[in-house]
Amino acid sequence: MTDHALEPQAEPTWYLTEEEGHHDHGAAGPTILGFWIYLMSDALIFASLFAMFGVVASAYAGGPVPREIFDLKLVALNTGLLLASSITFGEAMPHMEAGRVGPVRFWLALTGLLGAGFVGIELYEFAHLIAENAGPDRSAFLSAFFTLVGTHGAHVTIGLVWIVTMLIQLGQHGLNAATRRRLICLSMFWHFLDIIWIGVFTFVYLYGVIR
Amino acid sequence: MSTPHETPDTRGHGNGHRIGSLLAIVLTVIPFWLVMNGSPLSPGWTVATIFAFAIVQIIVHVVFFLHLDTRSEGGWTLLAFLFTAVIVILTIGGSVWVMYHLNANMMPMPDMGNGH
Repeated sequence: MTDHALEPQAEPTWYLTEEEGHHDHGAAGPTILGFWIYLMSDALIFASLFAMFGVVASAYAGGPVPREIFDLKLVALNTGLLLASSITFGEAMPHMEAGRVGPVRFWLALTGLLGAGFVGIELYEFAHLIAENAGPDRSAFLSAFFTLVGTHGAHVTIGLVWIVTMLIQLGQHGLNAATRRRLICLSMFWHFLDIIWIGVFTFVYLYGVIR
Repeated sequence: MSTPHETPDTRGHGNGHRIGSLLAIVLTVIPFWLVMNGSPLSPGWTVATIFAFAIVQIIVHVVFFLHLDTRSEGGWTLLAFLFTAVIVILTIGGSVWVMYHLNANMMPMPDMGNGH
């Protein structure tokens, strides 16, 4: 192994290429494991937000309680949208392996639309709550609710930006090593957000309403 | 470009994905149905049931959608996941447990009622 750091290079590379990453990893090099570690650290952020919500979940400060402000039909719709988007992303991956860029873009675009619907409904719910004087400044319960659900929504929004970016890159470059690697990371990110949402709809909404 | 190597996220699509999707839908619909249509169970059992469904669904998603198994990335993804799961359970469970008892034990303080 030569010392790359000391060799003068005409053009700096900011990432490991396919060939360099092949030592004992899969096709996408060490990126998959690295991205997995990132997701695990993100899970710890959500764990602390869930813990905070759990601690102040009944600190209503005389304000509204979950039963009064949560519309479970809306939450069920939102849950369905996000779960459907996870499933449609899964449909894209076999096409990526087979190298069919058209179907990949189709399923990815459908995933993005479902995700956009999710974020739209969540923003509608937030606006509705704030208009009902149940905003994040009303009680500790609502502060924790907006922080936890808002952090998840921000992640989904960033996922949407990533999906649009990938749709453009797939249009320009097609399926190559780099776009495949990014698609695999994006699919992990998207499935991860759906897993966090399982915790949200169970712990925040369903448990909140029947408590 | 495309190599015969298998990465954790490109294995087991097709059947695994279909099975995972079906399980995920069932595991989502049942807890929502229980809470929205009035559970035939006692409140305590309803809570236990929806949390049990959530844990099972999380495992289903991790196995069928994230394709976590003992072999991917030489077992390091599984190790990182198990470590994270322990920390997550400690953080959430520990915080809620400690603060609940702190709250419960603070309630009967003599001047709690006339402090307002």
